[in-house]
Amino acid sequence: MNLNILIKRILFLVAVVGIWQLIFSAGVLEEIIFPSPLSVWEALYNGFTTGDFLGALGASFRHLFIGLAMAIAFGTVIGVILGKSKQADETAGMYLIAMQSIPSIVWVPLAIMLFGFSEFAVIFVVVLGGTFVMALNVRTAIQSVPPQFIRAARTMGTRGISSFFRVEIPSSVPYFMTGLRLAWAFSWRALMAGELLSNGPGLGYSLAYAQDYARMDQVVAIIVIIGVIGAVVDQFVFSKLEKNVRNRWGLS
Amino acid sequence: MFLQLNDVGKTFEDKEKGEFEVFSNIDLSIDRKEFVSLLGPSGCGKSTLLSMVAGLEHATSGTIQLEDKQIKQAGPDRGMVFQQPSLFPWLNVRDNVTFPLKSTLSKQEAEKRADHFLKMVHLSRFKKHYTYELSGGMQQRVAIARALAMDPKVLLMDEPFGALDEQTRHILHDELIKIWEETQKTILFVTHSIQEAIKLSDRVIVMGTRPGRIIADFNVDIPRPRKRSDERVIELEDKVMNLLKEEINKVLKEELNNELEYSH
Repeated sequence: MNLNILIKRILFLVAVVGIWQLIFSAGVLEEIIFPSPLSVWEALYNGFTTGDFLGALGASFRHLFIGLAMAIAFGTVIGVILGKSKQADETAGMYLIAMQSIPSIVWVPLAIMLFGFSEFAVIFVVVLGGTFVMALNVRTAIQSVPPQFIRAARTMGTRGISSFFRVEIPSSVPYFMTGLRLAWAFSWRALMAGELLSNGPGLGYSLAYAQDYARMDQVVAIIVIIGVIGAVVDQFVFSKLEKNVRNRWGLS
Repeated sequence: MFLQLNDVGKTFEDKEKGEFEVFSNIDLSIDRKEFVSLLGPSGCGKSTLLSMVAGLEHATSGTIQLEDKQIKQAGPDRGMVFQQPSLFPWLNVRDNVTFPLKSTLSKQEAEKRADHFLKMVHLSRFKKHYTYELSGGMQQRVAIARALAMDPKVLLMDEPFGALDEQTRHILHDELIKIWEETQKTILFVTHSIQEAIKLSDRVIVMGTRPGRIIADFNVDIPRPRKRSDERVIELEDKVMNLLKEEINKVLKEELNNELEYSH
């Protein structure tokens, strides 16, 4: 990244925190609903030094990785079936879009009734959050393999299952990467929805807990953590991966 | 005969428009090591005919035989070069060329062979490059190397230089002739350019349209390299041009009649 852009971004952040401090100093809002930047910073600092936040983060990431891995596996299988079989796509494709449009928080009551206030209920919500978007992208990936590649492979004696593994799968990698990035984003949101209503542990649970004890500084601190993790993982892991792949595949 | 087409016909079924006959009764014999061009206006079915030799399309009637064996499906004994290079972007240049060799050769042998043909098309320097880093002409040369690496009996080329600029096209014409002389392959070359057909081939098969059929078969007995200013080249160009003019007029007239019919 260009240094100039970095400076602009830092200045912007400083300005936002400055305005925040000014509003706080004006004293129009009660501290209980409007904490100072410093108290939020202290909440962050204490949260990390006591290990509370780290424990919550660890639990959240455990839920996320198990759930996301399952979502990717299920999504890929469903996507490949729909992408390869016109029958299957005509029959079930539309329902997939319907399922995808359901906000993940809607699954939380269902998960709690099925699995109680357990970690598995949270993971279940994460799986549902990521599976459908993954499946939709894998379906697109398989359907977007250029027919010209398949024809060229046939003239080289490669067809059927061998063509699937040597041509169709590598050809679909860019869409697959988009699927991964979106599955991560949806799963991350689903995770927070699930944890907020869970009995812990997890970052979402810590957030609900802080709310119960009217600790606005902790609430804001946890929201900051959630935002930073979301942005960092998207920017430095998935967007980067996707961009590299698209470059190589000559798509951008 | 080496490559033999007997009474070949192709009809497409269309649910809305009914049957559409591309061509019928095509007879064609091609000798080993011959360089034959299929020349014709768009719609005459020359690319369809080539796809049928490749085994990518099935003949509705008639038979196509290569060394007395009926062609039923695509296979590595017929190398195909398409108008779009159709290289795989996830593989580097060398891995693209070894793609068809994976099942028959060891990795080392495959790479040795790939390097040989990449040298032939003057791309040794670009072995490790990916396709997006290459120009259109370079990509098409990789595609030629890939087809040759399979050591096919016939090289099928479907307007391979159609998407390239004039300058690059001329360079590749010369390279292709050199490659053909060096490898002694039989080449079946589809084009709509009269100059290209005459410059390259031993034989020019002229096809007409509606219905698609062969209307002439010229032997080009002009020593290579052929110059466009050569009188014999000009004379042959005129002959072919006159034949094709009738075909193109026929299409235009038909379209005009349709227009009159539908505009009232």
